[in-house]
Amino acid sequence: MTNPAALPADWRDFLALTKPRVMSLVVFSGLAGLLAAPALPPLVLGFTAILCIALGAGACGALNQWYEADLDKKMRRTAKRPLPDGRMDRQSALHFGVGLGTFSVLLMGLATNWLAAVLLAASILFYVVVYTVWLKPRTPQNIVIGGAAGAFPPLIGWVAATGHFAALPLLLFAIVFLWTPPHFWALSLFVRSDYAAAGIPMLPVVAGIQATRRQIFLYSLPMGAAAVAPWPLGLTGALYGIAAGGLTLGFLVLAARVLMNRATEPKLMGPEKRLFGYSVMYLFALFGALVADRWLAW
Amino acid sequence: MVRHEDEIIRKRQRERARIMALLLGGFVVLMFLITIAKTGMNW
Repeated sequence: MTNPAALPADWRDFLALTKPRVMSLVVFSGLAGLLAAPALPPLVLGFTAILCIALGAGACGALNQWYEADLDKKMRRTAKRPLPDGRMDRQSALHFGVGLGTFSVLLMGLATNWLAAVLLAASILFYVVVYTVWLKPRTPQNIVIGGAAGAFPPLIGWVAATGHFAALPLLLFAIVFLWTPPHFWALSLFVRSDYAAAGIPMLPVVAGIQATRRQIFLYSLPMGAAAVAPWPLGLTGALYGIAAGGLTLGFLVLAARVLMNRATEPKLMGPEKRLFGYSVMYLFALFGALVADRWLAW
Repeated sequence: MVRHEDEIIRKRQRERARIMALLLGGFVVLMFLITIAKTGMNW
């Protein structure tokens, strides 16, 4: 019988290590930050900045899977990943993740500016060390604080284009930071048994289903305020303001339905699944509106 | 079985070598374009 771990890993498994689906949202939010900036770099430098953000996100995915290989084996959702499935050895994943992360930071510094490179390095380290290694196995607040790692890309995109901070990218950071808990907790409600089996203290496992639903709704309020804020603050035009208002209203309605749901069985968690799906679309549409507003309305 | 494993190993090595060659070629082109863009800017 062939032992898959004894064979050189297939390139598709290296690609899977980078979590391409998560990467797509990271790339899009980084691109939105870059395109919303007042001054754009030359095309090739902008492309390289986005490439570096994508590679940095890939490094996070690889290092996360390297560290959590044993946990992933216990969860149905993650058991088929290359490491828990035995298609790759852990050392290859570690080398791949460290190499990809280092390369992305150096290339970012050389192609754009070193402030963007430092931010990229900070986001990778924050995701791997603070979120994956430190917070995730220890506290139900893992998503709240760890969400900062996913909030970096629009800020990095902006800084790559301009070389400095400004109010709008900091607000974009705040939007993604406040969006992460309702997004992740909606998912964790209907895969709660997976997290419980792996011993990960996600909020529904530790505090219960209803407490999580309350927190989802409560976090949706400041998230909505942060999403709409750029318009009244004069940082964007009406196009963004109207889109953000409509999208946020939809988010709040779905979060309220989650709050009112009393189901405990995953198959009856329709509102949670709808909110999770909508939350992904919400961020894409919100940042899409930001870019459209910057390029069409100004 | 050993021969079968050998075939899988060779196939994967070939695929990985091809992808590495493509990535390195892309990297060289990218560095060239970055250099052209940076030298044409007053950063």
